[in-house]
Amino acid sequence: MTEAVTPKIPLEKQKLLTVNGDEAVAWAAKQSLVDVVAAYPITPQTIIVEKFSEFVANGEVHTEFVPVESEHSAMSACVGAAAAGARAFTATAANGLALMWEILYIAASLRLPIVLAVANRALSAPINIHCDHSDAMGMRDSGWVQLFVENVQEAYDTTIQAFRIGEDERVLLPVAVNLDGFFLSHTLENIHILPDEAVHEFLGGYRKVPKVKVDYFEEEVPLMLNPARPLSFGPLDLYDYYFEHKMHQIEAMKRVPEVVREVNEEWYALTGRRYGDGVLVPYEVEDADVIVTVLGSTAGTVRHIVKKLRGEGKKVGMVRIRMFRPFPHKELAEILKGTKVVGVMDRAISFGSYGPSFLEINTALYDLKEKPLLVNYVYGLGGRDAPPALIEKMFEELLRDAEKGFVEKKLRFLGVRE
Amino acid sequence: MIEVRWHGRGGQGAWTAANLLAMAAAIDGKHVQSFPAFGPERSGAPILAFTRISDKPIDLHSMVYDPDIVVVLDPTLLKNVKVTEGLKKGGLIVVNYEGSPDKLYQLLGIGRGEYRVVITPATKLALEILKRPITNTAMIGALLKAEKLVRFESIEKALYERFPKPIAERNVELIKKAYEEAREV
Repeated sequence: MTEAVTPKIPLEKQKLLTVNGDEAVAWAAKQSLVDVVAAYPITPQTIIVEKFSEFVANGEVHTEFVPVESEHSAMSACVGAAAAGARAFTATAANGLALMWEILYIAASLRLPIVLAVANRALSAPINIHCDHSDAMGMRDSGWVQLFVENVQEAYDTTIQAFRIGEDERVLLPVAVNLDGFFLSHTLENIHILPDEAVHEFLGGYRKVPKVKVDYFEEEVPLMLNPARPLSFGPLDLYDYYFEHKMHQIEAMKRVPEVVREVNEEWYALTGRRYGDGVLVPYEVEDADVIVTVLGSTAGTVRHIVKKLRGEGKKVGMVRIRMFRPFPHKELAEILKGTKVVGVMDRAISFGSYGPSFLEINTALYDLKEKPLLVNYVYGLGGRDAPPALIEKMFEELLRDAEKGFVEKKLRFLGVRE
Repeated sequence: MIEVRWHGRGGQGAWTAANLLAMAAAIDGKHVQSFPAFGPERSGAPILAFTRISDKPIDLHSMVYDPDIVVVLDPTLLKNVKVTEGLKKGGLIVVNYEGSPDKLYQLLGIGRGEYRVVITPATKLALEILKRPITNTAMIGALLKAEKLVRFESIEKALYERFPKPIAERNVELIKKAYEEAREV
C-alpha cells in the first residue's frame, strides 16, 4: 500500500490549477470528449455549466451544448443523446435533481452511461442553497451508481473515472458524481490535471457502444439508435419480461465494485492518486474502539480530528464511504467488525426513520456474530457547518459509549439548537 | 497552516482577494483553500471570505473559526463587526485605515500589544489608481508587507491569470503602492 510507484504521468507533467470544485468538474468534462451536454443552471452547480459553456463558446470542445428549459428536459436530452451513442454529461443540484427524478430511472433502466455531477444542496422548503445530501438520497433507488468525493482534486479525478465506470460493458449504468455544495463547489483548491491526450487514452477515445445480437439482423449491431439499423429502446414491457429486465440491472450493479476498484488502481498508475480501494477509504481503523463513517467533504474534517485524538492516544478511526450505490455492505462489515462503537454520520434524514447510510450499515452489520454498537449522527442539514470542535465532541460521546458498553440514544442530531 | 479571514462588504472583492492569495500560494507550491462565507451576496452587506495556506494537504472542510490573520477591507465595518472574533493571540490585523492609531485601537476594542496591527490607506490609493473604491488588491499589498505569505511574483502571476492585462497592470501598481504605504501602528 505504501510502496511508492512512479505514475505514468508524474506530477511535474500534470498542470497545476487553482480552481473550485465546479470548475474542476467542468475541466474534467472538457477533457473527456463529451459529445452532448444538456443542462439547466441551479446554484451551487451553475459554475460547472457556465465554465463548460465557455469552453464551447471558445471552440475548445466539439460538444453539442443544449441549453434546455428545465432539468427534466436536461436529463431527457441526455437520454436521447446517450441512446444515439453519444457520451452525455449534465449537472444539477437539489430541486433540479428532484425535477429530473422521472428520467433518472429511465436513464438507468435503458442502461445509458450518462454522467451527472450533483453539487449537493438541501431541498426546499424553506429555500436553502447550501449543502446537504437529501438531493442525492432522493435518487438512491433509481439505479444510478453514486460516488461521493472529498475534495476538489477528487471531483476532477472522479468525473473522468465516472465515464470509464459507466461505459464499462460489465456495468452500462449512469453514474452520479456528488460534490458538496459550496464546501467543494465554491471552494478554490490547488489541483493537478492531466494533459488532454492522457485523459483521452484513459477513456479509450470517444464513447464506444457495445455490439449486440438482434434476431432481425444477421450481424451484431452497435447498441444505439440508428435509422440504418433500427432498434427500440424502452418499449412496453409488462409482466412478461419487466422483472427479468430489472434482474439485469440488479446484476449489473453487482459488477460495479470490481470496476470501480480497477479504475481506481488504473488511475493510480496513471496519476499517482487513488482513493482507498475506490469504494471505501478507511483511516486508522485497525485497532480502533470507535469508528466514524462519513460521506463527502466532512471526511476531511473528521480525519483532522482522528489525527488529533490519535495523538492523544485515543483509539479512533474513520471510514469514508466513497461509493454509496451500490452499497459495499460486506466490505464495510469487514472493516467495522471488532470495533466497539460505530458512529454513522448522515447529512440527510429519511423522515420518520434514520439517516440513509445508518440504515445501510445496520443491514451490513446484522450478520456479524459480535456486533458493534451503532449510533446515527444526523448533521449539517441546510449547510450547517461541521467544525472540528463539533466532530471532536461527537468522538468524545462515542468513546464514552464504548466505555459504558451500551447506547442510550441511537439517533442523535449534531450541531442543532435543542 | 495559516488561516486568513477577510472582512469586506459585498462588491469590494473580499472573495477575489481570498482567491488571489490562494492562487499565488499555490504557484509557490503550497496547498491552499479559499472560499466565501457562503450566501447570496448583497452589495454593501458585510461578508466574510477565507484563505488557508499549508505546506501539507489540507484536510479541513469547515469554515475558519480561529484565524491567524484578519484583513479588513472597509474601515466602516469596525463599528458593527467584531473583526477580532476568534483571532489567535498575537495574531495579525491588517486594516484599510487612515485615521489615528489610538482611534483605531479604540474601534478594534483591543489594547496595545495584544495583536499586531498594520494599516494602509487602501481606499485613497484605490481611488487614485483604479478610480474606484475597490480595496481588495491594495489590502493584499498591505498583508504582504506584514507577513510574507507568498512571493510578489506569484501574486502578480495570479493577477494576470485572473484579469485582463490592463486591469492586472493597474492592480499590480496598486499592490506595490499599498505595500509601500503599509505600516505597523
